[in-house]
Amino acid sequence: MLGQGFVAAAAISASVLFILSLGGLSNQEKAKRAVWYGIVGMAVAVIFTTFGPGIGNFGIMIPMVIIGAYIGYEVAKRVGMTEMPQLVAALHSFVGLAAVFVGLSAEMERARVMAVKAAGGATEGFSAFAALVAKKAPDELMFLQIEVVLGVFIGAVTFTGSIIAFGKLAGKVDGKPKKLPGGHMLNASAAVLSLVLAVVYLSGGGMWPLLGIMILAFFIGYHLIMGIGGADMPVVVSMLNSYSGWAAAAIGFTLGNDLLIVTGALVGSSGAILSYIMCKAMNRHFVSVILGGFGGTTGPAMEVEGDMVAIDVDGVAQALEEADSIIIVPGYGMAVAQAQQSVSELIKRLRAKGKTVRFAIHPVAGRLPGHMNVLLAEAKVPYDIVMEMDEINDDFPDTDVAIVIGSNDIVNPAAQDDPNSPIAGMPVLEVWKAKQVFVSKRGQGTGYSGIENPLFFKENTRMLYGDAKQSVDKLLSLIE
Amino acid sequence: MKIGTPKEVLNGENRVAMTPESAQQLQKLGYDCAIETGAGLQAGFTDAAYEKAGVEIIKTAAQLWKAADIIAKVRIPTETELKRLTKSKTLISFFNPGGNEEGLELARSKGATVIAMEMVPRISRAQKMDALSSMANIAGYRAVIEAGNNFDRFFTGQITAAGKVPPAKVLVVGAGVAGLAAIGTATSLGAVTYAFDVRPEVAEQVESMGAEFVYLDFEGELDDGSASGGYAKPSSPEFREAQLAKFRELAPEMDIVITTALIPNREAPELWTEDMVKSMKRGSVIVDLAAEKGGNCKLTVADERVVTDNGVTIIGYTDFPSRMASQASTLYATNIRHMMTDLTPEKDGKPVHNMEDDVIRGATVTHKGEITYPPPPPKVQAIAAQPKKEAAKELTPEEKKAQELGAFRAQTKSQVTMLVVGGAVMLLLGQVAPASFMQHFIVFVLACFVGFQVIWGVSHSLHTPLMAVTNAISGIIVLGAILQIGSGNWIVVVLAAVSVLISTINIVGGFLVTRRMLAMFQKS
Repeated sequence: MLGQGFVAAAAISASVLFILSLGGLSNQEKAKRAVWYGIVGMAVAVIFTTFGPGIGNFGIMIPMVIIGAYIGYEVAKRVGMTEMPQLVAALHSFVGLAAVFVGLSAEMERARVMAVKAAGGATEGFSAFAALVAKKAPDELMFLQIEVVLGVFIGAVTFTGSIIAFGKLAGKVDGKPKKLPGGHMLNASAAVLSLVLAVVYLSGGGMWPLLGIMILAFFIGYHLIMGIGGADMPVVVSMLNSYSGWAAAAIGFTLGNDLLIVTGALVGSSGAILSYIMCKAMNRHFVSVILGGFGGTTGPAMEVEGDMVAIDVDGVAQALEEADSIIIVPGYGMAVAQAQQSVSELIKRLRAKGKTVRFAIHPVAGRLPGHMNVLLAEAKVPYDIVMEMDEINDDFPDTDVAIVIGSNDIVNPAAQDDPNSPIAGMPVLEVWKAKQVFVSKRGQGTGYSGIENPLFFKENTRMLYGDAKQSVDKLLSLIE
Repeated sequence: MKIGTPKEVLNGENRVAMTPESAQQLQKLGYDCAIETGAGLQAGFTDAAYEKAGVEIIKTAAQLWKAADIIAKVRIPTETELKRLTKSKTLISFFNPGGNEEGLELARSKGATVIAMEMVPRISRAQKMDALSSMANIAGYRAVIEAGNNFDRFFTGQITAAGKVPPAKVLVVGAGVAGLAAIGTATSLGAVTYAFDVRPEVAEQVESMGAEFVYLDFEGELDDGSASGGYAKPSSPEFREAQLAKFRELAPEMDIVITTALIPNREAPELWTEDMVKSMKRGSVIVDLAAEKGGNCKLTVADERVVTDNGVTIIGYTDFPSRMASQASTLYATNIRHMMTDLTPEKDGKPVHNMEDDVIRGATVTHKGEITYPPPPPKVQAIAAQPKKEAAKELTPEEKKAQELGAFRAQTKSQVTMLVVGGAVMLLLGQVAPASFMQHFIVFVLACFVGFQVIWGVSHSLHTPLMAVTNAISGIIVLGAILQIGSGNWIVVVLAAVSVLISTINIVGGFLVTRRMLAMFQKS
């Protein structure tokens, strides 16, 4: 058994390693090293805590760790990069559920310790957490209960919210925003009711009010995320990421464990920043995203003039042969059609002909922050030709051909031209400034937001209808 | 239907409106093609080549005009030619409808349909039939070549064993199609090229061709060219003065000046005055592409090459495209062919004269016994109007300083307010919360700060790995379960065991998938 001093030292080094691990993600090469810092940090934390004072039941714990590690290994090995959003959501739900369980257990341990104390029994021989509780003064116990409520509440919202997000991303739940009658009033009343139950619990109500809070929070998580859909999913996933962190931090307070607090705070702030970046990229307020749906327009939308002109693959191939600089704007549609491998092959051939080919990635392209980057990386597209919106937006006027594959709202000029548009002010990729624009699209419909896209009607835009993968494959057969 | 092309009657005109290649394409549209014997000879296309392409050779012009239903030619038709038109015939040619009233009237009285190639509207869709642009492109190129022919130095600067040669300096006035072609040719020959245009929005195009745009010191409203279909408009007297002053300043340095300034249906503006010519170096060359409309330089003599007293050569040829007849014919014939493609949507050899179509309507000047010139403005605007840019007011240094100071103060104020409020909240919390809680709380607040600082530095492209790695490390909640698993309460043990299981999935799955993702990011 290691002493408390060892455990504390391990906690400090693990915290430092986690910070380095996150900081290392500032660039691709450093990140490869940084992930090892995280792994080592986690190993240190787990091993030293496990062999610290007051830990028991290894007979149960170790098999669980082995099974969990095996499942984790298999999942990580098998998951496709297009399924990353689902995986991330599923993992969030695990953290949420674990937070709920740990919170409930904490309450039971507290009750047990209190009972033993009241009976005047010996406080020796408790497990690590119970021993800690036994030493606490009444006001500390009060705070412990507040922390339990927070941990259970946030954990429960994260759990059901992530499950719904997982279902939506995996296509198992209909992606459209849905609300029960009563809408946000239901959420608000559930929250108020939880507050009442929390007061009951704090004034000695025992286990039942806590379980009530858990169930209400389950409902809030479910209902909140059911009401959000489609292109808002990046914000949802980042938000749940943040919540899972805050839940861990709350549990850290309960257990009086600084390492949990630090890690929870790191994850929580990471998710919060991601949500902020996503919201900014859509020029929407966090609250309006969470409340779901697009806000009403402030006036009639601008008339769209002109026609959508279709083009066949031969025309695109010819334009590509003649072009010197090409920018590809991928979106969720590319992921849906699984076209990234074909796109990668296409740019390989174009680059072999000495053409400049680059990718322009909008921050909210895809269903997860940075999703497009990962998909392209998987398809072996070198990351130095994959540009962020701010890096590449000024280059469109000098570009011969821009190809939009499966994205819509992020290339909508109405965001800049039409102050009445629901997406007015959202930063968009200015593809229409390129000499020629090809849009690969399944049909003539509108995007997630349901807004008409004037880009499709521009003089220099040609529509290439059909499945993205099939279109690109046909292009490949024409470009040697 | 039969498309026929007569030999150009104007002396010195070498172009022809149909090439063997374009004839083949026209046949694909369902038309028969005919050509007057020897029509393509000056442009390098023999009768044999036409015959091979399936074109009927017709001996005389009169026979051809009679046989063909559609006549395609280059130059403005003469009276004799127009008299040969009948009700059923269509003529496609340059026509200059703005300054050719008799011609219009004659064609109308004959009842023929006339499509004037210079009237093709300047919209993207019609670019492929824009003969003015394709001819201007040739003129711009040829202007530089002619200038080089009369200029006895290198274009490009060289350092040779025999000494250093400075590069030639070329000024192109007017950055339309011809101007841009001239800029492209001059820069690729290695000259240092400057360009000027009254439309400041073309500066970008000029610079993209490798020339330096000459900006004027001129304050006041400038028109952009979008309202007039991309063509220049006459400018105000003040603007003209500023422009001439700039040219006067440049004139002594320039070796070659190419002027291309034309305003539709007007005399060419005088931009290169006599005193500018006088101030130029001996051996300099001026090519005036506006010579046909009186010239941008008053010393220009149309169709002539003159040398001034101070040794400046002024070239006023008006037949640059004809000097490159083969190239010009190929392009012009292609323009005609595209026009026919638009006129024959069914590809059945029968033209459909759709007067609702912007391009066809715009180019048609007489139709069914009526003069249809000038056309109504096209439905599609040629070039999107430039949004009026809100000119940011130049701030004086004092104002700027005051503004910065104000912003700084406001920032300080909000920061201090937040700190005070935050401090007060902490103080209140400290009153009620036990000491042990406050200790953990400090750790929490610091960790949040560190988190915010660190995460801002994360590259956008790595946001997915970031989420996966935060997933993994939020599995740290396993510690909570480990601390509880030794409990005496069996429910707690079960809950803790499940928590250990799922958080381990998180940890292992999260880290491994992150590693997998990061390994995929490869540099080219």
